Amino acid sequence: MASFNLMVLVCLGYVALLFIVAFAADRLAATGRGTWLRSPVIYTLSMSIYCTAWTFYGAVGYAARSGLEYVTIYLGPTLVMIGWWWGLRKLVRVGRSQRVTSIADLISSRYGKSNLLAICVTTLAVIGITPYIALQLQSITHSFAIFFAEEGVSGYGEATVVFWVAAGLAVFAILFGTRNLDANERHHGVVTAVALEAVVKLVALLAVGVFVVWGLSGGVAETLARIDASPIGEWQVNGSRWATITFLAVAAFLCLPRMFQVMVVENDDERHLRTAAWAFPLYLLLISLFVVPIAVVGLDVMPAGSNPDMFVLTLPLSQGKEALAMLSFLGGFSSATSMVIVAAMALSTMVSNHLVMPIWLSARGDRASVSGDVRKVILLARRISIAAIMGLGYFYFRLSGGGTALASIGLISFAGIAQILPALMGGLFWRGATRIGALAGLTVGFVLWLYTLLLPQMGAGILSQGVLAQGPFGIGWLRPEALFGIEGLDPIVHSVLWSMVLNATAFFAGSMLSFPSPLERLQGAQFVNVFDHSAGPRGWTGSVAQSEDLMIMTQRILGAREAQALFHREAALQGGRGHLPEPTPLFLERLERELSGSVGAAAAHAMIGQIVGGSSVSVEDLLAVADESAQLMEYSSQLEVKSAELARTARKLREANDKLTQISLQKDAFLSQISHELRTPMTSIRAFSEILRDDDGLSLREKSRYANIIHDEALRLTRLLNDLLDLSVLENGQVSLNMRSGLLSDVLDRAISSALAGAEGALVVRRRRLSETVRVTTDQDRLAQVFINLISNAQKYCDAPHPELTVSVHDVGDQVVVDFIDNGSGIPVEAQSTVFEKFARVHAEKAGGAGLGLAICREIMQRLGGEIHYLPGHAGAAFRVSLPTEARPIPE
Amino acid sequence: MGRHVLLIEDEANITEAIRFLLTRDGWQVDTHADGADAVEVIRRAAPDLVILDVMLPGRSGMEILRDLRDLDGFRDLPVLMLTARGQSRDRDMAERAGVSRFMTKPFSNAEVLSAVRDLHAQAQRT
Repeated sequence: MASFNLMVLVCLGYVALLFIVAFAADRLAATGRGTWLRSPVIYTLSMSIYCTAWTFYGAVGYAARSGLEYVTIYLGPTLVMIGWWWGLRKLVRVGRSQRVTSIADLISSRYGKSNLLAICVTTLAVIGITPYIALQLQSITHSFAIFFAEEGVSGYGEATVVFWVAAGLAVFAILFGTRNLDANERHHGVVTAVALEAVVKLVALLAVGVFVVWGLSGGVAETLARIDASPIGEWQVNGSRWATITFLAVAAFLCLPRMFQVMVVENDDERHLRTAAWAFPLYLLLISLFVVPIAVVGLDVMPAGSNPDMFVLTLPLSQGKEALAMLSFLGGFSSATSMVIVAAMALSTMVSNHLVMPIWLSARGDRASVSGDVRKVILLARRISIAAIMGLGYFYFRLSGGGTALASIGLISFAGIAQILPALMGGLFWRGATRIGALAGLTVGFVLWLYTLLLPQMGAGILSQGVLAQGPFGIGWLRPEALFGIEGLDPIVHSVLWSMVLNATAFFAGSMLSFPSPLERLQGAQFVNVFDHSAGPRGWTGSVAQSEDLMIMTQRILGAREAQALFHREAALQGGRGHLPEPTPLFLERLERELSGSVGAAAAHAMIGQIVGGSSVSVEDLLAVADESAQLMEYSSQLEVKSAELARTARKLREANDKLTQISLQKDAFLSQISHELRTPMTSIRAFSEILRDDDGLSLREKSRYANIIHDEALRLTRLLNDLLDLSVLENGQVSLNMRSGLLSDVLDRAISSALAGAEGALVVRRRRLSETVRVTTDQDRLAQVFINLISNAQKYCDAPHPELTVSVHDVGDQVVVDFIDNGSGIPVEAQSTVFEKFARVHAEKAGGAGLGLAICREIMQRLGGEIHYLPGHAGAAFRVSLPTEARPIPE
Repeated sequence: MGRHVLLIEDEANITEAIRFLLTRDGWQVDTHADGADAVEVIRRAAPDLVILDVMLPGRSGMEILRDLRDLDGFRDLPVLMLTARGQSRDRDMAERAGVSRFMTKPFSNAEVLSAVRDLHAQAQRT
């Protein structure tokens, strides 16, 4: 009997071996030795993670239940590897030339670097793969349980064992999957350990098979006889299931994140695919070779009712072959662990790159992009993601109760992952595929898969029996397992049919109806025509650059002296004798770094790429150059805008300043004028009052005359002050108008009699009274003031021998126009434009007023909603007053 | 040297007041009210002293003074300038133009008299 302790010991020892192998492989890879690590054999063996515990144990059970159908699981990948390895090569080429880190990254990159798509794929993968991880954990407990049952131990801590297994796998994945951040995302340690496990599981299964055929059955012939006698041997083919499952295996092989990880991301050399194209199908053939014999013999030998899923383990045990059973156990353990480790790594890359990092970066703002601690954050995010995914698997296992619900998980998971296929294939082979199409296809496929397969199969509590039987809300054609009324299909076939057909349709329709962005189009061309564009990976290996060419380019960018100094320095560092350094990859890298300081990283890479010639400049490089230039241009245009703004502000300030200066000058001039107008009469008053006071024998006539002068000047002062106050009130808009209706003739009557009263001059005023009977609504006193002013001016300044003033009134619609034209010599042309300015006096020698009268008139007319202006073209002075007949809102 | 004063002033009442004051003090007073031809009038009259208003019709007193100082024989002619604007800027301008005395209106009669006498006496001493 296998001792419990021995088993634990072997188990731990095996795990320790895996750690050592992984550690050693990492060390060898880091020191550049161990080229065998990058051999096609290792690559092929690592692909065996396709065969999980589900295949190791489950294939026998599958065969025992459903006959040869299990072959389809191996058929899919075999078809791909043999019949379509060139397509796979395209996938690998694209993945490597674009430095893709995961299937989600690939899809996102193809469709214009859309993170939304990456999130979709990541979510789909996590939901699809987590149950699968739980399944692996379950297989480990089952195998443990069988050993314990043999020992007679019951009720061992199943959950505890699974917990520690999960924790151990997480530690392994973290240790070797996230040791450092390799730009190429290669993990030699993990791959080597996985390859070792591939060997172990193959050897284990072959050993059990050999034992069964030659040890139990007694040879090949007897075994074949048994098979013929068994119902398994009958060639029962359910066409639709075969086709569906083969298709699912193809899709899963291409789309499973862990397969993508080992096939594309961990690929060292495209040529390895050639080997894998025959070696991997051979591996699959070998591992499936003894499935039917084990199943048939197991059904014969084992007591009825024993679980065929565990025949690989229970058959040797029942025959007392503990060592073989132990090997078999290790094989199953290997299958489970290798799958879990690689799946966790692949998923964690997706989760941290597409879910955690975007959130972290946006939360941090843009500070993070420049700081060096991003590396640490990415590693931490990966580690946490691995732990979280493992934790999810563990909790799924606990919640599902580890029962039979997990048995069908394999195909369900495949069906979910297969939803990525249209977007993937379309992206690789159809340039018209767009982001919208991919999103639509993925979403439709994902939802249908959830609704028609995942929920009905697993979620007994989520979808009620009612929904399953009658459809949601009683809508029959929406029944999850009989969509659109198509009944009687196998659930897997039904779900795959609908989800894939509608997924592909949505993808196609979405792509046709939407228009791709420029980046999408370019990426599409990059992907579809990858063999035209790329010549292998980036990096300056195997370059054929001429140092002279590099020198010329560098001179152009850095300037002659800088460039020469740099090349001298590098040449000296290389220890060569020449002035120019050899174009080693190291030198090219340093040169690129140096140049990127001047022209930007992308431009530097593109320039060196052009000269090195080994790798043509990729569209992405050019786009990056364009991005940088665009940023520079945007920056410079921002500067331009700012400088224009500054100029505008400066101009406004200057204008404001000019205006203030002007106002200040006007104010000075005004004050100066007022001072003059006040001081002049005061001078006369003071002088004559002093003469009168001193009274040195003045005659009575003189006394009277001087007193009169004082009186006149005092009146002049009073008038001036009144005018000033009036003007101030009018200009400040504080004047209150007394608007009322009246006849224009009345206003004129009053003005004329007031202006001519006490005047000795014989001014004749000519009027046409008939035209004056116009009714106006206005402030009649203010209007009269304007008229008086004009009449007084004519009286004062009209130089005709017989001065006459003609007043004529015209009624033009809602306006009335009053012209005052005298028969004097008029106002000189040069003074006509300034007569309404303050203190503008035309006739200095006859200065009766201060020159404020017309300024006041203009202000009044403005308040009354009319205007006053000089009428040129007449012999005498001519003024026109126009005003509205009805009061209207007065402009300020 | 005689006591001939030429008064150039456009305000009739001020002209009359100054004429009265100076005539009573024994000066011969001629008057002129326009700025435009003032320089020519002064040149022809060749007075012993000029009283010049700043704000004149036709031409400003400042310009008249500047032109006068460019004329031979008028460089040292005493010029008493009167202004009603009373800003310090005017005083500076007048001094640069070569004024002999600058007075702001309204003035007291005694001030004008003493200014005329002083200027005349100074001119006689030199």
